[in-house]
Amino acid sequence: MLLIRCPYCEAERPELEFTYAGEAHIARPADPSALSDDEWRDFLFIRTNPRGRHFERWRHMHGCGRFFNAVRDTVTDKFAMTYKAGAPRPSDEEIALAASSVKEARP
Amino acid sequence: MSNFRIAGKGRVNRSRQVRFSFDGVDYTGYEGDTLASALLANGVHLVGRSFKYHRPRGFLTAGSEEPNALVGTDRGNGRFEPNTRATVLEVFEGLKTESQNRWPSLTRDIGAVNDSLYMMFSAGFYYKTFMWPKSFWNKVYEPFIRSAAGLGKAPTAPDPDTYASRFAHCDVLVVGGGAAGLAAALEAGRSGASVILCDEQTELGGSLLSEPAAEINGQLAWDWLEDTNAALASMPNVTVLPRTTAIGYYHQNFVGLCQRLTDHLAIVPDGAPRERMWKVRAKQVVLAQGAIEKPLVFAGNDRPGVMLAGAARTYLNRYGVKVGNRVVVVTTHDSAWHAAFDLAKAGVEVAAIVDVRGTVPTQLVSAADALRIKTKIGWTVTGTKGRLRVSSVRVNPVGAGGKVGGAETIACDALLMSGGWTPSVHLFSHTQGSLTWNEDGQMFLPGRGKEECRLAGAGKGRFGLKAAFEDGAAAGAAAAADAGAGSGAEPASYHVEGELSFTGVTGRELPTDRDPGHAKAFVDFQNDVMAKDIRLAVREGFKSIEHIKRYTTNGMATDQGKTSNINGLAVASDALKRPIPAVGLTTFRPPYTPTTFGTFAGYNKGALFDVTRKTPIDGWAEENGAVFEPVSLWRRAWYFPQVGEDMHTAVARECKAVRTSVGMFDASTLGKIEIVGPDAAEFMNRMYTNAWTKLAPGRCRYGLLLGEDGFIRDDGVIGRLAHDRFHVTTTTGGAARVLGMMEDYLQTEWPDLKVWLTSTTEQWSVIALQGPNARKLIEPFVEGIDLSEGAFPHMAVATGRICGVPTRLFRVSFTGELGFEINVPARYGRAVWEKLFEAGQRFGITPYGTETMHVLRAEKGYIIVGQDTDGTLTPDDAGLSWAVGKTKPDFVGKRSLSRPDMLANDRKQLVGLLTADPKTVLEEGAQIVLDPNQPVPMEMVGHVTSSYWSAELGRSIAFAVIQGGRSLQGQTVHVPMPDNVHSATITGMVFVDPENKRLSA
Repeated sequence: MLLIRCPYCEAERPELEFTYAGEAHIARPADPSALSDDEWRDFLFIRTNPRGRHFERWRHMHGCGRFFNAVRDTVTDKFAMTYKAGAPRPSDEEIALAASSVKEARP
Repeated sequence: MSNFRIAGKGRVNRSRQVRFSFDGVDYTGYEGDTLASALLANGVHLVGRSFKYHRPRGFLTAGSEEPNALVGTDRGNGRFEPNTRATVLEVFEGLKTESQNRWPSLTRDIGAVNDSLYMMFSAGFYYKTFMWPKSFWNKVYEPFIRSAAGLGKAPTAPDPDTYASRFAHCDVLVVGGGAAGLAAALEAGRSGASVILCDEQTELGGSLLSEPAAEINGQLAWDWLEDTNAALASMPNVTVLPRTTAIGYYHQNFVGLCQRLTDHLAIVPDGAPRERMWKVRAKQVVLAQGAIEKPLVFAGNDRPGVMLAGAARTYLNRYGVKVGNRVVVVTTHDSAWHAAFDLAKAGVEVAAIVDVRGTVPTQLVSAADALRIKTKIGWTVTGTKGRLRVSSVRVNPVGAGGKVGGAETIACDALLMSGGWTPSVHLFSHTQGSLTWNEDGQMFLPGRGKEECRLAGAGKGRFGLKAAFEDGAAAGAAAAADAGAGSGAEPASYHVEGELSFTGVTGRELPTDRDPGHAKAFVDFQNDVMAKDIRLAVREGFKSIEHIKRYTTNGMATDQGKTSNINGLAVASDALKRPIPAVGLTTFRPPYTPTTFGTFAGYNKGALFDVTRKTPIDGWAEENGAVFEPVSLWRRAWYFPQVGEDMHTAVARECKAVRTSVGMFDASTLGKIEIVGPDAAEFMNRMYTNAWTKLAPGRCRYGLLLGEDGFIRDDGVIGRLAHDRFHVTTTTGGAARVLGMMEDYLQTEWPDLKVWLTSTTEQWSVIALQGPNARKLIEPFVEGIDLSEGAFPHMAVATGRICGVPTRLFRVSFTGELGFEINVPARYGRAVWEKLFEAGQRFGITPYGTETMHVLRAEKGYIIVGQDTDGTLTPDDAGLSWAVGKTKPDFVGKRSLSRPDMLANDRKQLVGLLTADPKTVLEEGAQIVLDPNQPVPMEMVGHVTSSYWSAELGRSIAFAVIQGGRSLQGQTVHVPMPDNVHSATITGMVFVDPENKRLSA
C-alpha cells in the first residue's frame, strides 16, 4: 500500500484514503462545440499511458476530499511529488528536486 | 511402538506430556513438539502420499518449507484445516490429525498405480492428453481432472473462528529471530528506536535452537538465548512477535505479518481471534530470514526416511528425537557432516557419510574418523529401496572423468541429504529487489533494493553464527540510525565457539550408472516433478525458466518451490547448456507461506463484510413484516406481505392501493445533494442537460445527468428552493458517484464558480405518499403551505411544517398518481411516518416496497437509470430528448451527442413490449431476435430491461432496448427462452394514463 502526500493536508496518508482519478492536465475545452469530432475524441479517450513518469490525478476521498495532481512512475509505482489542482505541470528540475527532498524526509 | 526420544536432549517440556492422534492412532508427545517431531519420536515417518504419483512420503524438513508432510488437522468444534504442515504444527492435548491423498489407507493406496504408470504422466501430461476429441472435455476430461486435482479435504462447515487485524508503525521491523535478527533487534532496541521483531516459529532463536553446543561470548547458545529474550522483553520500545510470519513486503516498507494466536492451544478462549494480520509500516526493515537447505536430486530421494540433514539435526538437538537407528548421510556440503557427528555422539549408528565432492575439508574427515564413521568421498547415490520407509541406499564411486563405478548397498532406516543452502530472499524479491548470482556459493544473493531495507546473515549468504551476529548487529544499528534513532555507538561484537563448516557445491542430479531417463529423482516433492521432466521440457523447446516452471509445475505448489527452485534451475541450466543466471529465476510472490483466507478477511465477514445502511423508517418496516432487498449498500423494504400472501399477491394489492386510494413508501435512500451559492444555477446548467436559469424557486424539474461521453449517468427530481439553492435528488445507488463527479468539475474545471456541494442523503427522511387520497391525508398535518392544485401543483416544492416538524414538501410522483414526497429531518422520519400511517387508516393506507414502486413507475413509462440504461444509452436512446436543453451552449456530455455514432439511427432504443400471451412475464435480461427461425447463433437486436405483471392492466408489461426500436413500433419481435420462444409487440412505454390526468387529480 502506497503512502501518498496530500498537498492540501500537507501530510502523508495511506493509499486507502485516496481514489485515483485518471491522467492529469487534460483540461476540458472552453468551447467543446468548436472542436472537430476527432479533437473531441482525443479529449475524451486518448491518454498517454506512459511507461515511466505519469502525471495523474488523485482525490483525498476519505480525507479533505480535494482533487490534486501527482507525478508517479508507472514502473516502480513511486510518487515523485504531488501538487495542487490548477498548478502547472512541474518541470523536470522541479520533479527531481521534489523527489530528492522526499527521500531526505524519509531516510 | 518404538521410542526414538533421546534422554537429555532437546527443548521439549518432558514434564508435560500431550496426547494426540494421527490417522486414528493415539500417540504421545511433549509440550514444545511439532506434529513432525512427536511422530518421529514414535518412529512414524510415513505421513502422506504425493500429489501425482501417490508415492509414500515422510518428513523432508523441520520447518515451514516442508513440501511432503501435509496433514488434515481437526482442532475440535468444527475447526478443520487441510494441508497443515506437520513440521510447524504444535501438538496439544486432543489434537486430531490425518494423512491426505490416499485411499483406502495410507499404507495401501489405490492411487499409487499412478506411480507405476509414471512414464505416462510426464511433463505436459495434461496438455498432451486432454487435447481431443473436443466433445470429451466437458463430460470426461474435466470431471476426471477435477476429482484428481486438489490436495486435502476442504472443510465443509463454516469457519467458526474469528480473525483480527491491526495497523502498526515502527522505526525498525526485523523479520526473523535467528542469530542475525536477534542481533539486529538488540542493536535497534538499545538505540531507543521502536522495534518490531517477528519470527514464524514458536520461539525465537532460529538455528540457535538446533545449536546447543555453540558458545556465544562465553555463554552456551541456549543460555545466551534466554538472556537475550529477557533483554528484549525488558525494552519497552521492542515488540516481539513469535508465531508471526512476514507474508508479504509491499511498497514503502509496508509489511504484512500473520500472527497465529490460538492454533497451538488445546482450549481456545471464547472469542479469541485465531490469527491477527499486522499491517506494519516501518521506517526501516531488516530481513534476517536465514537460509533453506536444498535436497539432493537422485533416484529414490523421496522415500519416507530420506530427509534433509539439517532437519535431522534439528529433530535431534531441538526436540531430542533421533530420526533413525542406522543413518546414512549423503551430501555435497559440509553442514551435513555435523548432523552425522551429532547423531553419532547421541548414540545413533551412522553407517556412512557419502560425499559426492572429490575433496572435503580435512578436519571433517578426521572428526568422522574419531567417531568411527565410515566416509565415502567422491561417491554418489544412485538409488534407494524400501516401500514405506527407506531400507537401503545404493552408492557408487565416481572415478576420474565422472565415470560411475560399481554399486554397493548400505542398509539404513534414514538417509540424510544436503545439497547446500539457499538464502531466503523471498521478501526482498517481493519489492522487486534485484538478485545476483553468486558463482562461488552457487546461490542468488540480494542485489539492488527498491525499499529502505537491509538483509543480514544467512539470508544474504553470510553463513555461520559469528557472521550472522555481526552482520545482524551492523544492520540493526544502521537501520536505527537511518530511522533517526541511532546512538552512533559501534555495534556489539560477537565471539563464537563451535561454528559449523559451511562450504559445499550445488549442482544438478547426482551422477548415476543407470538410465537417468527412468530415474525417479525428485526436484519438486510436492508437485511430483522429477529431473527428467525438466529435461523433457527443455527437449520439447522450452527455454525460459518461467515456461519450464509452468509446463512442469516445478515450484508451483503451496511451498512455492522453497526446496525445489534452485535444484530445478540447476537441472534446466544443465539441459539448456546455459549458465544459471542466464536461465533466470522465477519471481517470488506473497504470501511467503500459505496463509488462511480468514487472516486476509479479518473482521470483514458476516455482518461486518459490508455496511448495511438502514433508513430511520427501517425499524418500522421490519416490525411490520417487510421483506427486504439490498439496493447498493442499503437494505430496502421490498414488499409487505400480509398473512398468506406471496410476493405476487402482495405487490398486486399494494399497486391497487396506490392507484385507488393512497400508499406510503420509504424513499429516504434517494441520494440528496444540496447545491448552494451565487453560481448554483450556472453550475446546474453546466452539469445537467436541462435548463435551470428560468426554473422559478418553488418549482421542480426532472434532471438528467450525462457523462462527458454523452451517456446517461443519473437522473432525479431537482427542486429550486431559492435563487441560490437547489435540492438535488439522485438515484439511490448513484448518490456518492454523482457528488464525486460534481466535486471533480467544481474543483478542477470551474474553480471560479461560487458553489458549495453538501451530501444530505442521510439528513432527510423521505416519505412518499402516493394516490388519489394523498392530499386529503396530509392536508390536516401541513402548516405554512397551501396544498391546493393551483397553489401547489405537480412539480412544486415548498418549505413548511408537517406534524409539527420542519419539512421540505415536494409535489412529485414516481407512480403517475397525485403524490408528495415529504422530506423531514431524519430524526423525525419514523414519528411522521407513524403519524401519517395512523391517520391514513381511514383511507386504507398501504405501505409498499420497492417492487410495487418498480411496477407503478413502469406502468407510467418512467425509467430507472442503471436498470433500463447501462451506460451506453444517450438521452435520445432512452426517449428523453425532451429533457435536453437544446439551446444551452454547453453542458457535460453535450458535444458527444453530436458525434456521428451517437446520431446513427440503428442505435438501441428504449421501447415498450407487450407479450402476445398477456400472462407471460418476460425474463429481465432476455435477448430479443427479429426472426425466431434463423439459424443459431441468432442475431440479437436487443434485450428486455424491465418486466412486470401489471395488476392495473391485468397483463404483463416490459421495457426493452432494441436496435432502431422506435421506428419498429407495432412490429412483432421474439424472445427465445429455454422453455419457449415468446413473441411480443413493440409499443410506446406509457401503459397507464398517458394523458397524465391522475398526476393533477
